[in-house]
Amino acid sequence: MEYIFVLPIIVVGILLVFGSLLLSRLLAPHNPGPVKNDIYECGEKTIGSAWIQFNVGFYLFGLIFLVFDVEAAFLFPWATVIRETGLMGLAEVIAFVVILLIGLGYAWRKGVLEWV
Amino acid sequence: MSVSSVSQDIASHLGSAPEISAAYFVAGLLGTVTFLTVMALILIYAERKVAAHFQCRLGPMRVGWHGLLQSVADALKLILKEDIVPYSADKFLHALAPVFAVVAMLLSLIAIPTSSRLALSDSNIGVLYISAVSGLGVLGILLGGWSSNNKWSLLGAMRAGAQIISYELSATLSVLVVIMLSGSLKLSAIIHSQEAGWWIWRAPGVGLLAFLLFIVSSTAEINRTPFDLAEGESELTAGFHTEYSGMRFAFFFLAEYLNLFVVSALGATLFLGGWMPFHIGNFSGFNAAMDLIPEFIWFMGKTAFLIFLSMWFRWTFPRLRVDQLMKLEWKVLMPIGFINLLLAAMMTLFGFYFFATT
Repeated sequence: MEYIFVLPIIVVGILLVFGSLLLSRLLAPHNPGPVKNDIYECGEKTIGSAWIQFNVGFYLFGLIFLVFDVEAAFLFPWATVIRETGLMGLAEVIAFVVILLIGLGYAWRKGVLEWV
Repeated sequence: MSVSSVSQDIASHLGSAPEISAAYFVAGLLGTVTFLTVMALILIYAERKVAAHFQCRLGPMRVGWHGLLQSVADALKLILKEDIVPYSADKFLHALAPVFAVVAMLLSLIAIPTSSRLALSDSNIGVLYISAVSGLGVLGILLGGWSSNNKWSLLGAMRAGAQIISYELSATLSVLVVIMLSGSLKLSAIIHSQEAGWWIWRAPGVGLLAFLLFIVSSTAEINRTPFDLAEGESELTAGFHTEYSGMRFAFFFLAEYLNLFVVSALGATLFLGGWMPFHIGNFSGFNAAMDLIPEFIWFMGKTAFLIFLSMWFRWTFPRLRVDQLMKLEWKVLMPIGFINLLLAAMMTLFGFYFFATT
């Protein structure tokens, strides 16, 4: 019952954006031109495409993030029932997190966290 | 259906678990959209006025009394602006990006309880739900930046992507502290657990540290100064929305300001007791006096305070560099977050916080 609004609100969001775009198309001027619809590069002529190979650093951060985000997903249920699982649960979670932190330490040591 | 029967219908549904009925449904959706529009207009006006007064200016004064209608005029202007899409952009993804930003914001907005009787989607995994759907917002930014085929946009979007996913970790770590102490993921249950006092002071030290972590990382997550590297006017033109104009830009703007509201409301709910009035343990006289102020006012007051804090940051701290930004998260905030989580776990297990029995 609590999720009854989830799907409708997605539809409302989509309608809101495309409805306003339609309204804007009806009200606003529309004169496209080769110079106006060029990619903005501070007034200079556009050189090449932006769809190129990119700094691998972002990908490495993505990988580390993935590990810790999944870890956070495991911590959510544990945090909710921490009073029932007690010290034993805490010890297990510490073991789990420490293993991941060793991985983070390795990445740190290898210089992944340094921005180049 | 007449107006009075609709209002009766809404009133009868506000009580306990809402049942499905067409009127309740439509009222909920219309209410959300109205709230969203009004809140966006107020927030943009407030941002300009606060910024102006920090700089000893007057800010908008011409449109309406003290410029009150300035945001309305801005919205009208944006509708009448020409919609320019670059020829070499990916047209479909370019149009889809603002939709992602708006939908992610709307989905997290409906989960916030604004008073004990008004919460559209108060699910039993509320906190997890909000952190899940707010993660969709980064897709909008990445799509918008990549599909524009513009170097500034691409740089801004990649930076924003790295920044948002990184700071999501320490935000989650700080939220986990409150989940432990209150023992629930349901937002209304978290608020009820703060009846004897707000978590920011009831768990000595740990609550305050978690709150500070949350404020810093949520400011970074919504790309506000001092973490606005995604837009960085002085280096990236306008960052990921360089190629967006007119209404498309307006929706990115709207999502940004409403996200400010959502994270402030979430911070108020988790750490400052949401709509719960300020209570101290069993001091019933004091508590009864505090109960006289309506819940909705408490909620909006706390949220407004956090929003003001964020606007204050904007004119106090200079922008960070990218390497400093990543260093701050992975080498400072993350370790602090883990240590804080461990301390909070010990405190919860040994009942070492104020009014542990109540």
